[in-house]
Amino acid sequence: MDAESLLLSLELASGSGQGLSPDRRASLLTSLTLVKRDYRYDRVLFWGRILGLVADYYIAQGLSEDQLAPRKTLYRGRGRKLGNQDPGDVVGSLNCMEWSLLPPATEEMVVQTSVLKGRFMGDPSHEYEHTELQKMSEGEKVFEEEVVVQIKEETRLVSVIDQIDKAVAVIPRGALFKTPFGPIHVNRTFEGLSLSEAKKLSSYFHFKEPVELKNKTLLEKADLDPSLDFMDPLEHDIPKGSWSIQMERGNALVVLRSLLWPGLTFFHAPRTKNYGYIYVGTGEKNIDLPFML
Amino acid sequence: MGDPSPDPEPQPQQPSSRRSSQVPQRRSRELSLPQPSISEEVPQTPFDGPAMQSSQGILASQTNLQDWSSGPPLTAQENLAMYPTEEAQLGGVEYPSLNMGFPSELQPQPYLEEGGMQASRNVSLMLQQLQQGQGSLFQQLDSTYLETQPDYLGQFNMYQGEDLQFDQGVPHGPYMRDDPTLQYSPSELGFMPFSAEVPEPEPRELAVQNAKAYLLQTSAGCSLSLYEHLVNLLTKILNQRPEDPLSILESLNRTTQREWFHPKLDTMRDDPELEPTYEMAERQKGLFLRSSAGGEGEQEMEEEVAETAVPNIMETAFYFEQAGVGLSSDESFRIFMALKQLVEQQPIHTCRFWGKILGLSRNYLVAEVEFREGEEEGEEEEVEEMMEGGEGLDPHGEEEGEEDEEKVTDVIPKPMWRPPPIVPKEESRSGTNKYLYFVCNEPGRPWTRLPHVTPLQIVQARKIKKFFTGYLDAPIVSFPPFPGNEANYLRAQIARISAATHISPLGFYQFSEEEGDEEEEGGAGRDSYEENPDFEGIPVLELVDSMANWVHHTQHILPQGRCTWVNPLQKLEEEEELGEEEEKADEGVEEVEQEVGPPLLTPLSEDAESSRTSTLAGATSTVPRTSTHPCQPPFSMSTPAAPTSWR
Repeated sequence: MDAESLLLSLELASGSGQGLSPDRRASLLTSLTLVKRDYRYDRVLFWGRILGLVADYYIAQGLSEDQLAPRKTLYRGRGRKLGNQDPGDVVGSLNCMEWSLLPPATEEMVVQTSVLKGRFMGDPSHEYEHTELQKMSEGEKVFEEEVVVQIKEETRLVSVIDQIDKAVAVIPRGALFKTPFGPIHVNRTFEGLSLSEAKKLSSYFHFKEPVELKNKTLLEKADLDPSLDFMDPLEHDIPKGSWSIQMERGNALVVLRSLLWPGLTFFHAPRTKNYGYIYVGTGEKNIDLPFML
Repeated sequence: MGDPSPDPEPQPQQPSSRRSSQVPQRRSRELSLPQPSISEEVPQTPFDGPAMQSSQGILASQTNLQDWSSGPPLTAQENLAMYPTEEAQLGGVEYPSLNMGFPSELQPQPYLEEGGMQASRNVSLMLQQLQQGQGSLFQQLDSTYLETQPDYLGQFNMYQGEDLQFDQGVPHGPYMRDDPTLQYSPSELGFMPFSAEVPEPEPRELAVQNAKAYLLQTSAGCSLSLYEHLVNLLTKILNQRPEDPLSILESLNRTTQREWFHPKLDTMRDDPELEPTYEMAERQKGLFLRSSAGGEGEQEMEEEVAETAVPNIMETAFYFEQAGVGLSSDESFRIFMALKQLVEQQPIHTCRFWGKILGLSRNYLVAEVEFREGEEEGEEEEVEEMMEGGEGLDPHGEEEGEEDEEKVTDVIPKPMWRPPPIVPKEESRSGTNKYLYFVCNEPGRPWTRLPHVTPLQIVQARKIKKFFTGYLDAPIVSFPPFPGNEANYLRAQIARISAATHISPLGFYQFSEEEGDEEEEGGAGRDSYEENPDFEGIPVLELVDSMANWVHHTQHILPQGRCTWVNPLQKLEEEEELGEEEEKADEGVEEVEQEVGPPLLTPLSEDAESSRTSTLAGATSTVPRTSTHPCQPPFSMSTPAAPTSWR
């Protein structure tokens, strides 16, 4: 959700039950403004919170002018500064306004961390130990040896955020538009979806580079508007039904919740400009989804 | 440019006299004496620029320049102003320096179009010469026409800069400037005064009219012409004055078009899309209205305030908010009103907001309720009767089957398998059914009561994992099959969550002192507790550090699905009518061990799988301030495993 409309957005997204305490909200407002200034971002989004056993991670993302360019991700832990040897006060140090930049995610990271299961610890320097069977060849012998691989929690954090972004980050149709020169801009005249559109999954897009668009038939493409329909809609997500769409407060608020990554909530007030998504959860994918539907 | 300057001075007298003589000869002219003074001023404008305009304005307003404007002379002025290179008259652009209280710039144009071209031309010529400040209009009409060309040019340059407003409908500018015919001013002007025929529209004017007609055309598909659309668009931009209009031009274009074709609905009719919103608002309005019981009711309410069962939702919501969990205050308040409504409708002794369960289409709000003593609803008894009826049918079926088998010569071996004995469900107000649960989908909707949970349902619920749809009568399709519909599954999950996660600080609750409890229960432990009046609170740091300071205060559910152990075989012996030999053989195999679970008020440190619980990861700096208050919140339980609310 946009850092500028943070309070309103948190209010609208609170139906899922997880939110932020007032002191966190206040500290976020100030720290996100500073991040925007320091890193010279065009927009700063508060991405959400990943719950760990010992501490939580607060994640923010910065966008440049081109909305679909790779986003920079920042995180903030609790009580510890990287590189600082202080033990850190577990009872909450409000002076922890420092945001650290996360490295961009790579394929290998995702593959490497796919073996890790369970909750996040909350400490970015925590190392998971994972034993792998690797084939080592010595001369002519080929035998398997158990190798203990250490994976840092920071890497896991990066890959999880990347996966969530690619899978379930949502944006309503019309909020961004593509200029003929290529860059994607925020549509300042976006007045919100109408009520009939808001109830359909096809009016929401994945907030990432399109993957399925080129697979569409020409007939389908003929109906699309190239300046608005340049991302994949949610409609064809597999498995079908992995999005729960609800109207709250009568018809005054549309809430989409992802069932694949439980904890991701997208809200939009139809006919207004308010929309946003936030992830508050444990960072675990729901692999039982097909059985649960 | 320098030529006209000395001219105005000797002019004042002559033109006035001449003009006065000319007045009766012009059919539409009404020049009055003061006008010449203005005409003097007028030629000065090109040289002094806009500075003179204000003075001119004052002068103009005092005189009946309006007449002047109505006359064709103005057309010439306007035309001059329009075309930088040439003075030919065509409808349209007002003459800015002369735009001093002229009511309508269009007046000259209609006049022109009416066809009085000849007179207009004559007058325009006169006007031109007025500008020049030259002598008799008549004289200059013929001779000095060509001489005025260069002066016109100079004036046009000045006027061009002042041109800010465009007359409606005339697409001038590049179009006109590029028109090659405009370059040849003399030749055009040449035939102007000399044509005595019916004036045919000039080529340029014709071109303009053609262009405008083209823009005004509408297709069969839509009634909006490009001309009208552009007018709408520009009007919108000028009214709203957005920043950087060029960058949003396309969107504005689209919006304007859409607005034309989708006008706002009639004010008398309601917007059909917003109907559900209004309905919901109406329903919730009922929540906020107090029960209209009259004076007596009010007095009764005052007395009952101390005894009301409605919990203080707002207070607990505040504490949860400090921990970063919970619903918005708006929603909490509506839940509060809804609970109040529930308390009024049902005979409730204690009530508590249990929580919210998210579903696919709708969500559930759950209230945990205890009825007053002796207030059992009739619904429960009906349900029990049905179940007993169902059980009665089974033995009959078995007997009939046996008879059939004896008649057949080949005795088909009886199946050894018997369905496992049904564990009886727990009594109300004990064990898993200690509380009653009511659910509703949204505050304002009616509350529905959930049935009691049976041990079998709990056992099966442990094996499956399904989403809730939001409809209580939805079937649960799963394997292993779940006995019941969504209402039963919901109730089973509620029972499991309550049993596993309701905790309180050590010492808050204590056992009521009764001797001999343990022996009677058969080792199942006590199942009742009460508040400890001497509880003094534990420091927050200790609460956060160690799990031993938190205890469960709901009974653990045994693998059987009950809180208290019941040997299912005992009941089975009473109902058996079949051959005893087989039964005795089976008995040896079916000995069931008594299941034992941790007793009530067991600390969390004894929990299995302790890696799943976190030590209050959300403990913030505000927690010390709130939890060390002398007043204890009445139900100091927390649900650290918040994600379980998903199921």
